[in-house]
Amino acid sequence: MTWLRRLMSRDRLDAQLDQELQFHVDQHAADLVARGVDPAEAQRRARLEIGGPEQVKEQCRDARGTRWVDDLTQDVRYTLRALKARPGFTAVTVATLALGIGATTLMFTVIEGVLLKPLAYHDPGRLVTLIEQTDWSNNSSFGNRWAFAYPNYQDCARDATSLTLAAWRFNGGTVTGSGDPEYVNALQVSPDYLGMLGIAIDRGRPFRDDDARAGAPPVAVVSTSLWQRRYGGAAAAIGAPLLFDATSYTVIGVTSMIDRLPGQPDVLTLLDTTNALMHNRSSHPGIQVWGRLRPGATLEQAQSELTLVGRRLADDYPESNRGRTFIASPLGPFVGDVRATLWLLLAAVGLVLLVACANIGSLLLARAVSRDRELAMRAALGAGRGRLMRQCLTESAVLGLIGGGAGIALAMFGVGPFIAFWPGTLPRADDIAVDWRVLLFAIVASLASSVVFGLAPALRVPAHHLDRVVHGGGRAVRGGPRHLHAAFVAVEIALAIVLLVCAGSLGRTLVRLVALDPGVNVRNVLVARTAVSPTVLADPGRTRAAWDGVLAAARTVRGVEAVAAVDTVPMRSGNNQNVYWTSAALPPMPERPFALTTSVTPEYARVMGLRVRVGRFFDDHDRAGSQPAIVVDDTLAQSAFGQPDVVGRQLWVPDLGPGPLTIVGVVDHVRHWGLASDDQAVVRAQLYYPFAQLPDRFVRRWSQLMSIVVRTSVPPGTLVEALRHAIRGTASDQVMYQVQTLEDLAAASLARQRFLLLLFGAFAAVALLLASLGLYGVLAFLTSERTPEIGVRMALGARSADVVRMVLGESAGMVAIGAVLGAAGALAASRVLQRLVDGVRGVDPVTFALVIGTLALAALLASVVPARRASRVDPTMALRQE
Amino acid sequence: MTPKSDLPQGTLDLLILKIVALGPVHGYAIAQRLQQVSRDVVQVPQGSLYPALHRLENRGLLEADWKATETGREAKFYRLTRKGRASLESETASWRRLSDAIGVILRLSEGGAE
Repeated sequence: MTWLRRLMSRDRLDAQLDQELQFHVDQHAADLVARGVDPAEAQRRARLEIGGPEQVKEQCRDARGTRWVDDLTQDVRYTLRALKARPGFTAVTVATLALGIGATTLMFTVIEGVLLKPLAYHDPGRLVTLIEQTDWSNNSSFGNRWAFAYPNYQDCARDATSLTLAAWRFNGGTVTGSGDPEYVNALQVSPDYLGMLGIAIDRGRPFRDDDARAGAPPVAVVSTSLWQRRYGGAAAAIGAPLLFDATSYTVIGVTSMIDRLPGQPDVLTLLDTTNALMHNRSSHPGIQVWGRLRPGATLEQAQSELTLVGRRLADDYPESNRGRTFIASPLGPFVGDVRATLWLLLAAVGLVLLVACANIGSLLLARAVSRDRELAMRAALGAGRGRLMRQCLTESAVLGLIGGGAGIALAMFGVGPFIAFWPGTLPRADDIAVDWRVLLFAIVASLASSVVFGLAPALRVPAHHLDRVVHGGGRAVRGGPRHLHAAFVAVEIALAIVLLVCAGSLGRTLVRLVALDPGVNVRNVLVARTAVSPTVLADPGRTRAAWDGVLAAARTVRGVEAVAAVDTVPMRSGNNQNVYWTSAALPPMPERPFALTTSVTPEYARVMGLRVRVGRFFDDHDRAGSQPAIVVDDTLAQSAFGQPDVVGRQLWVPDLGPGPLTIVGVVDHVRHWGLASDDQAVVRAQLYYPFAQLPDRFVRRWSQLMSIVVRTSVPPGTLVEALRHAIRGTASDQVMYQVQTLEDLAAASLARQRFLLLLFGAFAAVALLLASLGLYGVLAFLTSERTPEIGVRMALGARSADVVRMVLGESAGMVAIGAVLGAAGALAASRVLQRLVDGVRGVDPVTFALVIGTLALAALLASVVPARRASRVDPTMALRQE
Repeated sequence: MTPKSDLPQGTLDLLILKIVALGPVHGYAIAQRLQQVSRDVVQVPQGSLYPALHRLENRGLLEADWKATETGREAKFYRLTRKGRASLESETASWRRLSDAIGVILRLSEGGAE
C-alpha cells in the first residue's frame, strides 16, 4: 500500500487495527480458558500481556509514516484558532507581510517577464548575438567592443558553418504620403532575419533573397498597428506603396509579431548596402549580428570557428582587423538600463520584506516569551521538544502563507498600475504575467520569511529546567531573549538606514541635477520634427528653399520670437558623432576624438539661449561657397586646444568634407545627453555647423531628420495649432509631428532618477515606520517585563527621571548598534547606486547626518511612551505583582 | 525460573520473517510460535509484536489478507513477499556471520583465561 493510500484510508486502517488486537486478546483468553483459567481472569491476563492497548496502537500508527500529517493538521487548526483569538495581532502581521511579500512578488513578476523569460522567438536557447572585440583600446573610453562591420558580417556568415547569421540595425524614419507624416521606429534587416527568429508574416510574404539583389524594387514589412493606422487594415495594403524617408517601398507583408523585435519597430526594410561606408571595415555605420546555432552545433564550436575567421581577416586586412576578433554569446533581452532599475527595485523591496520579517519576528518572540509556561507545561506532560518546535514553526508558516496569499493578490492587482507608472515604455511589458513561476516565488518567499521570523521563537522552546520555567511565575528567564529582541530591533534599524540613505542620496542627486545648468534656456521652447514637401527632396537647392520657407512662415505667427532648424535636439534621443582633428593627418583609429555635430540655422543660438563665450554664432553670411565656419563648445576647445579662446583656429572633420573648418565662436557646453547622463557620456565635445554649408549630398537625408525649434513669448503649447497651420505650405504637405517642449525633454531626462527616488522614498518610509513600530513594541514589552524590577528600584529611591533615562538608554543602545550596521550597509548600497544610476555621487555626510537625525527622532518618539509608562510604575502595585 | 533475556536489537524483525516464511499466519499465532521456538528463553513483549508487523508490512516485506480462521473468526494473515524472502535470506546470512564472529571471539577469550 502506498504512503498516499495509507494516508487516505487512515480510518479503515484504524478499525482493522482494533479488530486485529481484539482478535489477539480474545484468542489468548480462549487459550487460557482452555487451560482451565477463569474466563474473567483470562481476559484480564490476556490484556495485561499485550501491554497498554493505546500505546500499541500509537506505535502501529507511527509505523505507517503518516503521523506527521495528523500532527500538522492539528497544529494548523490550533494556529488558526489562536490567530482568530487575537484579531489585532493577526491583522497587523498579515498586513505587514502582505505588503512585503506583495511588493517583492510584484517586482519579481516584472523581472521575470522583462528579464528572465526566454525571448518570444522560435527556440530562443539556440540564438546568439555577435560582437567585434579588439585587443587594443581597452583603456579608451569606448571600450573594446564594437558593432559589426558589414563586410566582417559577410565573411563570418560565409565561413562560420555552425551558425546561421542575420544582421540588422536601428533606423528610425518618417512615414509620409496620405495622412499625417509620423516618425516611426524601423529596422533594416537582412532577408533571412525574420525567418531565423521565427517571426511569422500574417499577410503577404516575408523578405526573399532576391529582394536584396542590386536593382530590385525596395520592399517593406510593416506592423499590424501601422497597417491599421495608415491603410485602415485593408487587404489591398499588400502591394501598396509606403513612403518612408522619402523612398517609396512596396509593402509585401504585415506581421503582429514585429513587436518582439528590438525597439518595437513599425517598419522593416532591407539593409541599405548602397552607402560606400557600409563596405568599410574600420569606419562604418555598424550593424548588429544575431545568429542561430545549426542543429548539433554548440556555442563552443561556433566560437572557435569565429576566432579562426577573425584571425584570417586580421591577416588579410591588417589595417582594419588587426587584433580584432568576433565573440558569440547567448542572446538576451534587449532592455538597456531597465535591467539595473528592476534589480535595484527588487533589492529595495527585499529589504522592506526583511524589515517586515524582523518586525514580525520580534512580535512573535514577545508572544513566545509570554507562552513559556504553556510550552513548559506541555513539555512536562510529554510533548517532545521537536514536536513543540515543529508546532511553533507551523504557526509561523501558517502566518507566512496567509500573508503570502494576500501578497499574491496584491501583486496581481498591482502589476498593471506599476507598468502604467513606469516612466516611458517598459520593454516586453506584454510578457509580464503572474504565472506558476511567480506563484512558486511567492510561496518560497513566504516560507523563507516564516523561517526568518519564526526560528527565534521556535528555538526558545524549553528543553531543560522546565521546573524553573513553570515555577518562574511567568517571567522570562533573563539573558538570551533580551539580546534577541535587541538584535531584531537593530536589524530593522540597520535595514531602514540602508533604504533611507539610498532614498536620501537619490533625493540629493535629483536636487543637484535639477539645479544644473543644461546650457540652454528650456523655458518657452517648442521642439517639433518637421517634414518639408516631399516634392522638393530630389533637389538640394529647392529643399533648402523649402526650409527657409518653413522658418519664415513660422516667424509670422504671433507669439514667436525666434525659429531655427536643427538636426539633433538636446536631451532628445538621436545624435551625430563625427571624428575631428586639428590637422588633416588623422591619428590611428583608437586615438581619434569624436564630437557631437549639430547642423543649425543662424537663429538657433537665440532660440536655445546658447551663451556665446568668444567670437560669434552663425549669421546669414555663412552660406554655401563662403568660408566653412563652425562653432564649438568650451569642452571641445579645451580638449582640442587646451584653451578657451580658439576663434580663428581650424578643425578637420572628414565626414563634412576634406578641407579645414574655421572656428568662429565658442559657446557654453550643452547637456545633450540629459541632465543626469551628460557627465558620464563618452562623447561630450560639441561642434555646430551651418545647415547652409551642409554638403548637397546630405541635404536629402538631413531633411528627413530635421526639427524646428521655436522660442515663444507665450506658453509654447498654445502656439502648436497656429504653427501647424502656418507651415503647411501651398500644397498642404508640410507637417510638424512629435511636438514637445524643451522643458518636458529636460524633465524626461531625469525620469529614471525621479522614479527611483519616488519608490525608494516610499520603501524607506515604510521601513522607517516598521522599524519604529518594532522598536516601540520591543521596548513596551521589555519594560512591562521589568515592571517588578522598576518597582523595587523606585521603592529604593529611584526617581521617575532615572527610570525614563534607563529605558531611553536601552533604546539608544539598540539604535546605536543598528546605526553602525546600517551605516556599513548604506556605504555598500550607495556604491551600487553610484554605479547603476547616472548622476549619483558617493555618500555625502549631509545625507548621512539627515538620515541619522530622522532615525534618532523616530526612535525617540517610539521610546517616549514606554519610558513614561515605566516611570509611572507604582512601587506598591509592582511589588504586589511579584 | 531462569531470568529471560531481552531480544537483541533488530532481531525481532528477523524472527518474524522466519516464522511467516513457513506459511500464512496471524499475529497471535506468531506470538505463540515465537514463545514455543524460543523455549521461553527470550522475552518477546507482545506489545512490540504488532508495531513490528505493521512496519514490515509498510516496508513491503510482508503482505496481509483478512481470512477466516478454523473457528470461523476473521483474522489478519501475514505472508512473506518476494522482497521479504530476499530480505530474510540476506539478514539470516549476516546474522550467521555475526554470531560466528562473536563465537570465535568468545572462544579466544576463554582460551586466554586458562
